[in-house]
Amino acid sequence: MKQLVILSGKGGTGKTTVTAALAHIASQELSIVLADADVDAANLELVLDPTKLEEHDFVSGKLAVIDPGMCISCGMCEDVCRFDAVLPGDETYRVDAVGCEGCAACVYQCPEDAIHMEEQLAGRWFRSDTRFGPLFHAHLFAGQENSGKLVTLVKQQARLLGLDTGAALTLVDGPPGIGCPVISASSGMDLALHVVEPTVSGVHDLERVLGTTDHFGVPSLVAINKADLNQARSEQIAAYCAGRGVQVTGLIPYDTVVTKAMVQGRPVTDYTDGPVTEALRGIWGQIKCRLA
Amino acid sequence: MIVTIASGKGGTGKTTVSVNLVLSLAAGAQELSDRGFESSGESANRGGPLLVDCDVEEPNAGLFLRPAIQERMEVGQMIPEVDIAACTHCGRCAEVCQYNAIAVVGEKVLVFPELCHGCGSCTLNCPAEAIHEVLHVTGTIERGWAGPIEFAQGTMNVGEPMAVPIIRQLKRWVIPPGASTSLGRTASTSPGGTSGGRTVILDAPPGTACPVVESMRGADFVLMVTEPTPFGLHDLRLAVEVARDELGLPVGVVINRDGVGDHGVDDYCAARDIPILMRIPLDRRIAEAYSEGVAMVDELPGYREQFRELYASIEQLQVEGEGRGVGDRGQGE
Repeated sequence: MKQLVILSGKGGTGKTTVTAALAHIASQELSIVLADADVDAANLELVLDPTKLEEHDFVSGKLAVIDPGMCISCGMCEDVCRFDAVLPGDETYRVDAVGCEGCAACVYQCPEDAIHMEEQLAGRWFRSDTRFGPLFHAHLFAGQENSGKLVTLVKQQARLLGLDTGAALTLVDGPPGIGCPVISASSGMDLALHVVEPTVSGVHDLERVLGTTDHFGVPSLVAINKADLNQARSEQIAAYCAGRGVQVTGLIPYDTVVTKAMVQGRPVTDYTDGPVTEALRGIWGQIKCRLA
Repeated sequence: MIVTIASGKGGTGKTTVSVNLVLSLAAGAQELSDRGFESSGESANRGGPLLVDCDVEEPNAGLFLRPAIQERMEVGQMIPEVDIAACTHCGRCAEVCQYNAIAVVGEKVLVFPELCHGCGSCTLNCPAEAIHEVLHVTGTIERGWAGPIEFAQGTMNVGEPMAVPIIRQLKRWVIPPGASTSLGRTASTSPGGTSGGRTVILDAPPGTACPVVESMRGADFVLMVTEPTPFGLHDLRLAVEVARDELGLPVGVVINRDGVGDHGVDDYCAARDIPILMRIPLDRRIAEAYSEGVAMVDELPGYREQFRELYASIEQLQVEGEGRGVGDRGQGE
């Protein structure tokens, strides 16, 4: 089984649109498993119409809790906290749940043993069915940490089911950026497809995300979305990729049909047979060659 | 006043709004007191806007403002370094570390910098006082000027996982004390809050996880930039949960590429009583200018006034929100 992750660096360049389209096209030829690794803003479910089969809690990270009955307001906890998460309350100190990193430094320094750690329910993850194959997705609760761990969990579940059922491909919709969730989403992948727009920010961000996948030894392909928006920038990206030995697999034209398909809750390739679909089919062809 | 520009979904126009807002405010200030101030110091005294790019994974605002960077600093995590001569291998450091970032193996102590959160608990708990901390560099923070606009950004090194410490240090470095109108409200003599401090605009990263929260903490207002599509709406809801429900901050919405999708965002904002403060239409000229790194208000100067009005309505809402927050203190004027 092969594993492919869709990334972008910059957000909003079309990762989920491309993932959904590839899911639609690929599932016509082979059996696939899907994972949405953008756990703090998961959108793949909006265009795949999944039926939820299982729902699980994601318990991760701890939070310091001060027992007001035992607190003597000495302020030691506030002194040792490096995350500005201990706040003086009306009579005793209290922990700002949003700021707390769960380091427990205050627990060990409190002379009254008035602080303990509590596990947090940080999100949920789901196994669903879609008409293109099983989908693993998750919802990290607002403002939570450890998105990397939840990404890893969702990916692992997809991979295990794929191995059990003899699927040929795991397709992972990645998060934006280059930090911990991206590193988690990329690890162990056979290939990363970077979706980039021909803008100054797109070019700048591509360099950084390619640096990240290179750093972790994941081979890359590039697809240019809305390529005709700025021809010169598209050429610049192509030249940059050539210089770096990264193949540009296709140019997706700018077309509002992409948004129309999204509003209908369908992959764009399932919604229309126009130039966008044609480009995405071409990209899938190149991915297949590369994974073979 | 500190305003964080956020969105949930990426690519909706956070940086576009941030950059054009400060450019419009700066141009307005220039027009009002065009007496030929040249030096940056004078600008600071005049209270010119400060833009802080908190998207340290993919910082883009600088591509549009092209600031002259004047100061640069390496930042990161304080990680433990063990003095092996003093270490008794008792294992206390590994026991207290919540992140498995330090391990005692026989007579050796291993530190894993990429797991360390820099909390200092191992240092505090070492009975032999054998641990001191050193800076493990994970990124850079910079500040400078783009004309009358003060600019700052953080850049995380490629391959590093943790954005939050860089954002935290960036904010501590550049946001002047007293910039927040909410925190200073008890001491503030100006109920309008407009003269209370600098205008500080924070350009947040996408998503809703910890880097976004760090970018919103301490702000007076969160402005959500969204697009009227199912993806935009889905992620807007999550971002509002963070800003309004978790952090208790007032929020407002800018709809970008208005006309492209459906009515979901409008319906949601009406239902949740979230003011829509500006609409930027779907316009290929804006997208093309963006693709070349040209700010929208330079290409289409008519928008300057709209961005100034946007800021004025945020100020107004923030004052009203404060009024509600402190009970019967009265609203607005």
